[in-house]
Amino acid sequence: MTRPVLAARAPLVLTAGGAALTLSLLVAAGTGSADIPPLGVARTVGAHLGGPWETLPPLRDSIVWDLRLPRVLLAALTGAGLAVCGAVLQATTRNPLADPYLLGVSSGASTGAVCVLVLGIGSGVGSLALPVGAFAGALTAFACVLLLLGRTLGSATRVVLAGVMVSQLFGALTSLVVVLAGDADRTRAVTFWLLGSLASADWTLVGVCAVGTAAGLALLQLHAGQLDALAFGRETAAAVGFEVRRSEPVLYVVTAVVTGCLVAAGGAIGFVGLLVPHAARALVGGRHTVLLPAAALLGATFLVWADTAARTVLAPQEMPVGVLTALIGVPAFAVLLRRRTGAP
Amino acid sequence: MSAGPARHEARELHWHAGRLRVLGGITLALPPGRFTGLVGPNGSGKSTLLRLLAGLRAPSAGHALLDGEDVAATGRRAVARRLAFVAQDVATDVDMTVREVVTLGRAPHRGRTAAPAPRDREAVELAMARTGVSWLADRSWPTLSGGERQRVNVARALAQEPAGLLLDEPTNHLDVRHRLDLLGMLSASGVTVVAALHELELAARYCDHLVLLDGGRVVASGSPAQVLTSRTLREVYQVRATVREGPDGRPDLRLDPLDPPGGGAAREGGQTSASETT
Repeated sequence: MTRPVLAARAPLVLTAGGAALTLSLLVAAGTGSADIPPLGVARTVGAHLGGPWETLPPLRDSIVWDLRLPRVLLAALTGAGLAVCGAVLQATTRNPLADPYLLGVSSGASTGAVCVLVLGIGSGVGSLALPVGAFAGALTAFACVLLLLGRTLGSATRVVLAGVMVSQLFGALTSLVVVLAGDADRTRAVTFWLLGSLASADWTLVGVCAVGTAAGLALLQLHAGQLDALAFGRETAAAVGFEVRRSEPVLYVVTAVVTGCLVAAGGAIGFVGLLVPHAARALVGGRHTVLLPAAALLGATFLVWADTAARTVLAPQEMPVGVLTALIGVPAFAVLLRRRTGAP
Repeated sequence: MSAGPARHEARELHWHAGRLRVLGGITLALPPGRFTGLVGPNGSGKSTLLRLLAGLRAPSAGHALLDGEDVAATGRRAVARRLAFVAQDVATDVDMTVREVVTLGRAPHRGRTAAPAPRDREAVELAMARTGVSWLADRSWPTLSGGERQRVNVARALAQEPAGLLLDEPTNHLDVRHRLDLLGMLSASGVTVVAALHELELAARYCDHLVLLDGGRVVASGSPAQVLTSRTLREVYQVRATVREGPDGRPDLRLDPLDPPGGGAAREGGQTSASETT
């Protein structure tokens, strides 16, 4: 496959990706113990949005609208957000192994989550205590990274090292809390949360995550040209006219807030933010104007299906979706990698 | 900013890396529209001086001026419309085509999200033609050799349509023919060119003006014949330099170790010492 072909087919890939995601949302929201055809799901959604359609019977309507749709949408938002944040951090650090958790956000979120789950901090607030605690933990960890880096950020290597250090610190704090205060039940709940689960999705969480993710991704998309240049180093980016010193911290803050928001809602779901950007690059090439939306669509579709599998394969038991993202994703990525190295 | 070739000046430029003094008080004005070579041993401060002139680093003290204005205080976009910079090594595996990489040079001339206009595409194609990389246009960056990458980077800089071109060892990685092609193209470009160069023979042939640095200070500056004398080269590089006037009126160099293992070269050096230019 020659590269101009990749560039030429980018609009096609994006259109197809958008269609696939829409279809996936409808099918996934209908999948489960009570199967509802995609058209039924579409009708219910239409009716709830004020359209002239007839809703499903109350029980089925409630299953779709109150239970499944928030979860499916949260999966899509999480997949899109993590994939784009991963792609951005891979460009700013020029490190193909960078992922959204690079800046200590997930470790911080975990510490925040165990403080709520094990120590019971903020349990008076109700169901929102966990995501709020996790988000606070994520921002605290990211603030530590920024403090370590100082005003100038320094080299990409320094950014990665600071992230790793803070991740280690908060990982240790998480373990400490679990070991000192956790009983068997709570430890199990913590383990489940750490592996990532979208089971707690409701419309409030979806709403908050939708606003945060949409705003974040729009901001990152505005920096697409600069990310192309940054992949060639800060110096080159500055030499072609980008105010790197000003905008690089913005990029880090935006990815950290989006990631923190999503991790707070669904736990530290792995794999998506690391490998989906690479898969998207194989499909549309490395230009971020196209790469970022492609990664968003691919990550969203992928996580919608991974989460659907997580709640149906062993039903009525749930699998942590973080386990499934790797179980499904690794073979899929291996195929992609093989095909790519096979073609010149 | 003004039109015409870029005017570079340095006023008492200092740059420290921690406690290490890299540049210690450099004051100079480079001839606009001409090809200036920065020469000097490893660690003499060539690359740092280039970066300060490009505004990519802020000086510890003093000022680097571009067209009479402090370049460090000027917005990057305005600078990038006047000035292009080519780094020595660009290590990345980003999956972009050569044409896409060269198009990065149009960034200072277009809107943040605007697609490249016909004007941009023209500049990109012309820049690729001038560095002989048009045939690579659709190749992906990771598949290029070191020399090809270097030429693509120069093409990216030319696509900026700069009034000044700063290059850090642009001939690094290039084979003989491409070295000569590149330096010939630079000296005929009509814009202000400043390049850090290691090969003194090539600097003597292609540069209009040389600045010799040693230990972060200017040791000599002027025409190649004024700067490349056997006495200065012995002091700065600890080599025995035999300098003749070439057929084009430029100095022709032959460089030998100061203490050769055999006696032959020393005798030869002794014989020709009468023709040394001083």
